[in-house]
Amino acid sequence: MGNDVTMTIDGMTVTVPYGTTIRAAATMAGHPVPTLCWHEHLAPANACRACVVEVEGSRTLVAACSREVEPGMVVRTTSERVQRARRVVAELLASASDASLAPSLEALCRDTGAHPENWGGATWHQPVRDDNGLYVRDYAKCILCYRCVEACGDQAQNTFAISVAGRGFHAHIDAGWDRAMPESDCVFCGNCVAVCPTGALIDRTEWTLRQNGQWDDAAITTTDTVCGYCGVGCGLTLHVLDNRIVKVTSPPDHPVTHGMLCVKGRYAYQYVQQEEAAGED
Amino acid sequence: MVRRLLPDNESVLPLLSEERWRARGYDRALAQAAALGPDGVIEWVTAAHITGRGGAAFPTGKKWASVARTTDPIKYVVMNADESELGTFKDRVLLSGDPWGPLTGLAIAAYAVGARDAFLYVRGEYPEIEALLKDAFGWTRWAGPLADRLTFHLYRGGGAYIAGEETALINSIEGKRPEPRVKPPFPTQRGLWDHPTVIQNVETLANVALVLAHDPEWYRAVGTPSAPGTKLIAVSGHVRRPGVYEVPMGFPLWPVLMDPDYGGGIGGSGRLQAVLIGGAAGTWLTADECREARLDNESLRAYGASLGSGAMMVFDDTVNIWRILGQVARFFAHESCGQCVPCRIGTQRLVEQLTGDRQPDYQQLRELGEAMRDASICGLGQTAPQALLSYLDRPALWR
Repeated sequence: MGNDVTMTIDGMTVTVPYGTTIRAAATMAGHPVPTLCWHEHLAPANACRACVVEVEGSRTLVAACSREVEPGMVVRTTSERVQRARRVVAELLASASDASLAPSLEALCRDTGAHPENWGGATWHQPVRDDNGLYVRDYAKCILCYRCVEACGDQAQNTFAISVAGRGFHAHIDAGWDRAMPESDCVFCGNCVAVCPTGALIDRTEWTLRQNGQWDDAAITTTDTVCGYCGVGCGLTLHVLDNRIVKVTSPPDHPVTHGMLCVKGRYAYQYVQQEEAAGED
Repeated sequence: MVRRLLPDNESVLPLLSEERWRARGYDRALAQAAALGPDGVIEWVTAAHITGRGGAAFPTGKKWASVARTTDPIKYVVMNADESELGTFKDRVLLSGDPWGPLTGLAIAAYAVGARDAFLYVRGEYPEIEALLKDAFGWTRWAGPLADRLTFHLYRGGGAYIAGEETALINSIEGKRPEPRVKPPFPTQRGLWDHPTVIQNVETLANVALVLAHDPEWYRAVGTPSAPGTKLIAVSGHVRRPGVYEVPMGFPLWPVLMDPDYGGGIGGSGRLQAVLIGGAAGTWLTADECREARLDNESLRAYGASLGSGAMMVFDDTVNIWRILGQVARFFAHESCGQCVPCRIGTQRLVEQLTGDRQPDYQQLRELGEAMRDASICGLGQTAPQALLSYLDRPALWR
């Protein structure tokens, strides 16, 4: 077939369509590679390097999330070089950032046998930024995956309120001159929160409940519905704890939203819970 | 001594004069290019085996051919004069001594690939070079159609080492943060504003002008079969006569340190300890290795080294190499853009390990260095641990 590429992954011959990434091909072959910064609805940022694989003939390892397969390509997803690089990536990240709400990073550490404690040194520890009513920024947890920047920018929201500033170890997400979010261009759609893999961006309600020890994943039920604000028809998932909505997301596979919402859909749900109170007056 | 790229010191013709341009043979070069046509120029450049002089040593003819054959009607050429590698100052010397060479090469590159816009990205700390190049743009009035058909755009670097990396340079010209892009696609496929782009180091373009001013056979008469031509070597540190020297590719390293025409002997204590070849991203050569080594990538490979940008930093036996490694680490930590994890956090950990009080674990350092080399996005992170790794490979340097 003219539109297919035949290549080898870990000794297995696989045939996939042109334009398939090594990551997708490896998943199809049953040899998935770990990812941190990759997100199904965002262009690959290539930043975390957790997904690196060995490609025969390539001097360095290759990011599987972005590299497209080529005919005859020979890929190894678990060679010694690959495993060493992945383990060091996990150790470096976990030695600098708080991974407690980052299941993908915790899994990478576990799967690679990482020992972040072997690296002392500077960390990302810093005060929580609590400057608006809708979400909290706890950058001690940030791994600089670029997802929030991409979602805020031309990958979803086209608001461009945040960007990476600074360089090297001091590179960080910034709304411009270290401004508080209400002073920035932020429109509070919360799509950055939706794509954050580490809890560095977290809805205020969830943050508060977690702070109070009241957040209980096991007790949360979800209800899918359609947003009632306008005629677009965004799919919503209401996360309910003790008969209160504590979080609103959109299914990543929803054809309208791809997981993205606006400020009303994501955050303006209080009226649902205030009807009863209003009726009692 | 061979003098090709660097004009004779006794040249009295004014630097930016048309007479000087002609005296250097660059009128012939442009006429020859026009006579050969774009394909013929690429054939000559390919036949001359010119390789990139910025460090990567990619075959120039191959790069041009891949841009020339794209169907995109808009193509660009870029002169990378963002020379920032530590110990590297050869482009500065070359441009201040013979600005016509690289400019002529740039016009030839544009003609060969079909570009109408030529960009010059000049290091921000080289204001005199910037002024010189701006003055030189007046040549379009008299240098003939190959220069006249071009629009020159001069961009000043903002002071980031990383902006010398070709894809970061593209982002910088586009007004973005100079973060390297993932390759592929290479700039030859998708470069400036997503159009196919040829990016060449200053010295590479000067070599192109020489080939067209003469012919490939003349060009190949010096150097090695796989790497013909000459190379500018920037010698600094403990030598009596630091400076930029032009040597044939494959020239022995030792006389560049010792010969009165070159480095003139070891300075400082007079006793050589080691040479860091290729800049901060380079490789240590011990004194014994320096006696045998030759200055071309093929022979340097035996030492795990490469010419890189052509920097040689010389250290006498009083220098604590470990402290130099700490300074190199600080440089890369400061210059890392912060995009990818191995470089962003790895360069920070290297500084901590190399400058801290604790005796570092060599095995742990090696693993970090190898992971950075293997998994970083661009050449900065990939080569940041190179000096350290080459040190770990050479117990003779340990103290």
